Amino acid sequence: MELVGAIFTLIGALVLLVASIGLIRMPDVYNRLQVGTKASTLGTIFSLFGLVLVNPGWAGKLILLIFFVMMTNPVSSHVLARAAYFIKIPLTRRTVVDKLKVSDSALKVKAD
Amino acid sequence: MKNIFITFLILMVVWILLNNSVQINILIPGLITAFIVSLLVCRQCEIFTDYKLTPKAFAYTIIFLFVFFIELIKSNLDVIKRVLSPSLPINPGIVEVKTTLKSKFARMMLANTITLTPGTLTVEVKDESFFIHWIDVQTDDIEKAGNEIVKKFEKYLEVIYG
Repeated sequence: MELVGAIFTLIGALVLLVASIGLIRMPDVYNRLQVGTKASTLGTIFSLFGLVLVNPGWAGKLILLIFFVMMTNPVSSHVLARAAYFIKIPLTRRTVVDKLKVSDSALKVKAD
Repeated sequence: MKNIFITFLILMVVWILLNNSVQINILIPGLITAFIVSLLVCRQCEIFTDYKLTPKAFAYTIIFLFVFFIELIKSNLDVIKRVLSPSLPINPGIVEVKTTLKSKFARMMLANTITLTPGTLTVEVKDESFFIHWIDVQTDDIEKAGNEIVKKFEKYLEVIYG
């Protein structure tokens, strides 16, 4: 059981590593948020789940932690992305479409 | 009333998980505290008003969590693949989708779920429209993007929150 737990924790750490590589490689703030949110959520879940297997006595607390991470991570990254958009941080040049720009002239006036 | 009840249940579950035991001398302080806190905090809140307390809604909540978890893992594999491939195959953009959900809480859940699933990140919610940053835009049509992104979760949330 301890071995399985260790393997899960290792996978989690690898996913987190990929997330940090992604932070460097992605071209703009929105794509970085994408990588940051998803990979860090799964990485944390795997690491904590590995801990559950190694030490079953902590299961309740760790499951709570997993739940909080799953609930709060998307909220924070949504707020960051929204704030970044409204202070006009530019999208990368590879962007193909921006529907928000077209449809929110009313909101822009408010933001100014 | 329903709000207070659900808040109470959640607080109780948190308490039991934190203490990791169901002995009576641990349960009773938890019961009292959870009751007082849910009364104090939740007299006016209306977060859970739309949540249906039926077995079907409960079953769908469980299924929803499973679907959500599978999508989460799929999205991670997808992101890992993109990050590690040398050519960085991204095709980003912001698309608009419409939702038919009425309840506020259901919309929040939907926005959260979208953020955690393959290549999508909710940037702005306005009335019925969700503006979504999509790491690999396949279509900028509202209908088609909606089918691609929100439909699979919407059908569960509709049953759960009505």
